[in-house]
This record gives sequence, structure tokens and C-alpha cells, in this order.
Amino acid sequence: MTATEADHQNALLSRPKALLIGASSGIGAALARRLAAEGFDLALVARRMPELEALCGELSQAHGIRALAYAHDVQDTAAAPSLLESIARDLEGLDLFVYVAGVMFPHDPDAYDTENDLLTLKVNTLGAIAWCNPVTLRFVRAGQGQIVGLGSIAGDRGRRAIPAYSASKAALETYLEALRNRVTRSGVTVTTIKAGQVDTDMLKNAAAVRGPVSAERAADMIWRAIRLRKQVVYIPGRWALIGWVVRHIPSFIFRRLNL
Amino acid sequence: MENLERAEAWGQASSGMAYVFRPSTPSGLQAVFELARDTGVPIGLRGAGRSYGDAAMNSERILVDLERMNRILAWDPASGIVEVEPGVTIEQLWRYVLGDGWWPPVVPGTMFPTVGGCLAMNVHGKNNWREGTFGKHVLEFEALLPTGEYVVCTPERDPELFHAMIGGLGVLGCFTRIKLQLKRVHSGQLDVLALSIPNMDAMLEDMESLRDDWEYLVGWVDCFAGGRGVGRGQIHAANHLDNLADPSPTQSLRLDHQDLPDTFFGLVPKSILWRFLKPFANNLGWKLVCLARYLMAKRGHGHRFKQSLAEFNFLLDYVPHWKRAYWPLGLIQYQCFVPKAEASEAFVQILRLCQARGLPSYLGVTKRHRPDDFLLSHAVDGYSLALDFRVTRRNRQRLLALAHDLDEIVLAHSGRFYFAKDSTLAPESAVGYLGAESIQSLFALKARLDPDNLLQTDLWRRVFEPLSIREKFHNRAESQTLHSPS
Repeated sequence: MTATEADHQNALLSRPKALLIGASSGIGAALARRLAAEGFDLALVARRMPELEALCGELSQAHGIRALAYAHDVQDTAAAPSLLESIARDLEGLDLFVYVAGVMFPHDPDAYDTENDLLTLKVNTLGAIAWCNPVTLRFVRAGQGQIVGLGSIAGDRGRRAIPAYSASKAALETYLEALRNRVTRSGVTVTTIKAGQVDTDMLKNAAAVRGPVSAERAADMIWRAIRLRKQVVYIPGRWALIGWVVRHIPSFIFRRLNL
Repeated sequence: MENLERAEAWGQASSGMAYVFRPSTPSGLQAVFELARDTGVPIGLRGAGRSYGDAAMNSERILVDLERMNRILAWDPASGIVEVEPGVTIEQLWRYVLGDGWWPPVVPGTMFPTVGGCLAMNVHGKNNWREGTFGKHVLEFEALLPTGEYVVCTPERDPELFHAMIGGLGVLGCFTRIKLQLKRVHSGQLDVLALSIPNMDAMLEDMESLRDDWEYLVGWVDCFAGGRGVGRGQIHAANHLDNLADPSPTQSLRLDHQDLPDTFFGLVPKSILWRFLKPFANNLGWKLVCLARYLMAKRGHGHRFKQSLAEFNFLLDYVPHWKRAYWPLGLIQYQCFVPKAEASEAFVQILRLCQARGLPSYLGVTKRHRPDDFLLSHAVDGYSLALDFRVTRRNRQRLLALAHDLDEIVLAHSGRFYFAKDSTLAPESAVGYLGAESIQSLFALKARLDPDNLLQTDLWRRVFEPLSIREKFHNRAESQTLHSPS
């Protein structure tokens, strides 16, 4: 007995709905593929429309789900609430929100580039806050829903090579923690993913590459965290231990290390 | 964003978020319609939200909750004509008029729906074959159209609009004022007869022979019974007491006489009764409950007693919050209407198929009906069978498939469906029973009254929108072939 597409229009059988910000490449695209395989209807948001549309076509073909593409620059924070409204209308609901949009500029020991640093904070942190607020309001009113934000092990300490990136992720993680504490009584889950090195375009800008995991592997682990409604998850898992050690290295040692 | 709220189907099997507005006056309502016209975001109308399925939901769009437009505008105890706003509930209405010796001529099995909702769904009662549907007793209504105009309709002056807007699912306009003719009663009591019934044939035969002498008829079906006992259950028949039969009519017409008892056997508070039902809300447990109930019905065969109007009519309110026994995923109801000659055969097929699929209904109810002139009519000269199904995480797909297969049985027996209950009907099945002509008249009216398609519900988009798109496409294709140079 297989359900037809018309059956899935019926609210009784409707698929869960997810919204991904920053879905055109890297972890976002991999997670979109994973969620599609799990039977989610998807709204994918990014700046690059051609990539998004290709991905949507591929996913709806392969998994028989609805995948919709929206062009949006997360720096345009004022546009988030109304775009969220129309996305929820197009998807007929929303159950899962994932923010993976992020930038990291290559390390240059001599540069103190304000423009790049501010852009990093705008994309990684301010964009996330602009989206998380209206999404949280919706989820609290619904009494359900899950918010996933992509932090980084770089957010655990101020890293010499990437000050703005470290700060943006640290701010995001603290914001997500506060959000979690704020909504925990309303049945809403907030999950912070603390990613180690993942094999994506961003890795080209890393100062040193230390045994990265593939984007697909990362997406699997994020899906597991979503399914189990985890609060804070390191990917890969061994980074949890490394993260603990890194957090506890005294500053007089840490500032002399090449981390 | 500030108005975002969760709205559920009454059966709780589906829910959605909507931007909810609660106007308290017609001008407030007009303001929301204006907002919809300006933004292009469609409006859905909701009364008490007592439809089992998605009839009063408009997910991710504007939802107008009319419960605050609940004034009784005029009441004449001499003629029994009452004028109400759409948010007045059936409870409010009967409590207001009973002391003067009047009663709504048609009431659903629960007193909590609004008059506007009852009209949009054109509900029926346990006396449908005698009194017709709720809309039959409307003398006049005023409605606000999505364009901002008001229309006033009577069955004589504008029969087409009258018979389409009543039962029109709230997608043609919003009732703002409703004038109803009520029914004279001389007592707050009913004379009730209970009969136990061995199978479906007997159920329908007995209802047929009882219907000349009784004003209300309702059958309960034990949907677990198999073999030759398929369709066994109990019939309750009731009559209003005439002028002399009630020794103290002024007593029985008082409201405190009508209040349902708040404890069960004088011991268990009824507000927590659903908690006692919950452990039985599975296939085995409920089978036992139904068996026990049938055995009690057998013992009480032929029992004749007096019951208050509220107690008999609002059977569904007897156990408060009973739907919570279906927690956490709720229930859906499946109700079908089959002409009398084929009803027994169809109902037996339906009950057997449910059992064979391992999806027995937990509550089955039969009623007698008659056809009417409304555009989206559910009634036939025959019987209806209403079935409640528990929804679980694992049975959803099977339940939907079962409902589609039941639709086939019903359509094969020239049956009909009812949108106040529906959660599963496919667009093709709606065409199957309403006929292409009725659907076209509906779309023509919709295009005239609501050219921008501003009034919608989840149900409208599920059942009618696909048909409307197909029809537009079809029309365009046709006009293209007509105009193409050959």
C-alpha cells in the first residue's frame, strides 16, 4: 500500500516541513539531501538561486518530496519575518528550522580587515538572530518545533587565526543557549551543532586541516542530533573531548599554542 | 505575526498555525476582509471549531474566529422567531428561549457549535427526515461578501444564493445576521424508547417502522460485532410531550431541569470520566466496552423513560472532553449517507471492511434522512452511518486508504458525504456524489461573489481547489480549440 501524492496533501499524512538557511552548498546541501531522504518537505534558502533550484529539482525527483527554493541574503535581516511567513504558507507549516549559513575568511597574519570581520558577524550571527526570533515566536505559539544552529569548535576559544569567526560562533552559541533556556518550557527544542572540520569549500580557508569529515557524514550526525532532540552536539563526536580539553587550557599556555 | 495561533481540527488529528482575528462587530469583520483584500492573504471562517476535520481551519493564512460576534439581536416569544449573530452557540440559543417554551427545531449532537457554523455546514439532527436540515428553518440571513458588500437572502427572494450559502462551507460569504424560526415545545422532557437491535437489517427496518410515530431516531452500532451480528446495537426513539402529558411543564422547561448531571452514578465526576475511558481506547478494550454496552442494551430492551431535551439531544456532551480518550493523536470521523434500498448492504460491507483491515470504528451511529434542495447537500432519502476512528502514529496511511475504499463502496451505492465530519474525501469523490453540474454552479457562484478567491479553508484547498484549477484549465483548453483557426 503506497500513498499517492494526493494523499500527502492530506493533513493526516502530511510530511514534516523543514526550512534551511544556507542550503546551496556544503553542510547545508548535504543536510537538505539527508532530510529529503527522511521524507521532509523542504524550503531551501540561499543567495545562489541556480544551485538551489538544481538541488530542489534533484531532491523532489529523487525522494518525491516538495522542495522549494528562495533567494535571500541573510544580511537583509529586515526581510526575514515576511519571507518566513510566505515560506510557511508555501510549505503549509513548519516543524524544523536549520541555520547553516556561514562565512570564514582566509587567515592572513598581517591583516586586520574590518569589512570582512563585520561581514562574518552579519552572516554567521546577526542573520541567525534575525531568523531565529520570528521562528521561535512561531514555534512557541505552536507549542512544538526544533531550531538547529551551526556553531563551531572555534567558538569555544578565541582563535588567533580567525578572531571574528570565533567571536561570531561564540555569540551564536551563547544566543542559542539563551534561546533554549527561554523556550524550554514551551515544547521547543534548540540544538547547537559544534562542528569541527568538515570537508566543504570553507575548509579551503582554514589555516590547517586536521582530519576533516565529509559533509555527508556531518549531515548524518546532524540528522541524528535532530532526531534525538539533542541540545549540544560536537561533530565528529571525538571533538567533544578535544573541545573539553581546549576549553580548559589556561590562557598563559593557550596564547602560545598554534591553535 | 502577533496574531499567529495554533488551530486544531476538533478531532485533533490535524492542526495548523493561522493568523487569528476575533472581531466582535460587523465593522470589525469588515476590517479583516479589507486587510485580506489589501494583502491578498485568504481568510477562513471559524465558529466554535467543532467540525471534526479541516472545515474551520485555514493554515498559514488569516482565520476569523466569530465566537465574539455572539449577540442575540431580537427575540419574539409569541412567534418563536429569533435573530442572532453567527457566533451565538446552540447552547446559548436554547438556554435563552426554552423558558418561553421554544426549542431549536434542528440541533446537532453537541450544543457547542455556533449558529453560523451550523449554517455553513447545514447540520442535521436526529429528526432529519422530519424537520430537514438546520438551513430549512432559516427565514432570512444577512451576509458580508468578500467584496465588502452585504446581501440579504430569503428562500423566496433569492433561492439560488440561499441554497448555496447555507451549506456553502463558509467560502462564499460570512453570515452576519440569521433569522430562525424555532419550534414550540410544551415540556422540557422527552418520552424515550430504547430498543436493542440484533443486526444492521433489523436496525434499518425498525427505524423505518418507528419513523411514523417518533420524532427523533438514533441508532448506536457496536462496530466490533462480526458474523450475523454485524450492525447490532441499540435504537433510541423520542417524542416531545404534548400539552397535557407533562404534569409540570413549567418545572421541566426551567434551565436547572435541563442541566446534565455532573457525576456518573452520583459518584464519579464526569469531567474526569474520559480518564477512565482512556485505558480502554484500544481495539481489545473498546471491544469489551461495546460488548458491555450491547448487553446492557439487551437487558433494557423496550425500556421507556423520560429524558430532558438537553440530555437526549446532546448525547455527545454527556461525557465532557471524551475526545481526550483518543489522546495523543486524536480521531477522525467518517460519515456516509446511503439511499434506503441499498443502505443495509452498504453499511454491512463498510463495517466488515473496517474489521477486515484491523481498523474497527470505536463508535458507530445511524440516523434517518431526507433529501433537500441545498447545493452542497449531504442528505439522501435513506440512512447515514457515522464512524469514529482512532488515529495512531502507525495507522494513518492505512486509515486514509481505508477511507478511500469506503468512498468507493458509498459511491457505488449512490451515497453522499458530509463536510462537517470529513477529513479524507478526495476531489474526485466529491464530484462523484455532488455531480459535475453542482460543482460548476458552485464555482460560478464563487467567481461571482468572491472573484479574488479570498475565502478559503484547508478543506476548500483539499477538495475543491484542485477541481477548480482543473476546470479553469479545461475551460481554457476548450476556448483555445474553439478560437484556433482551422
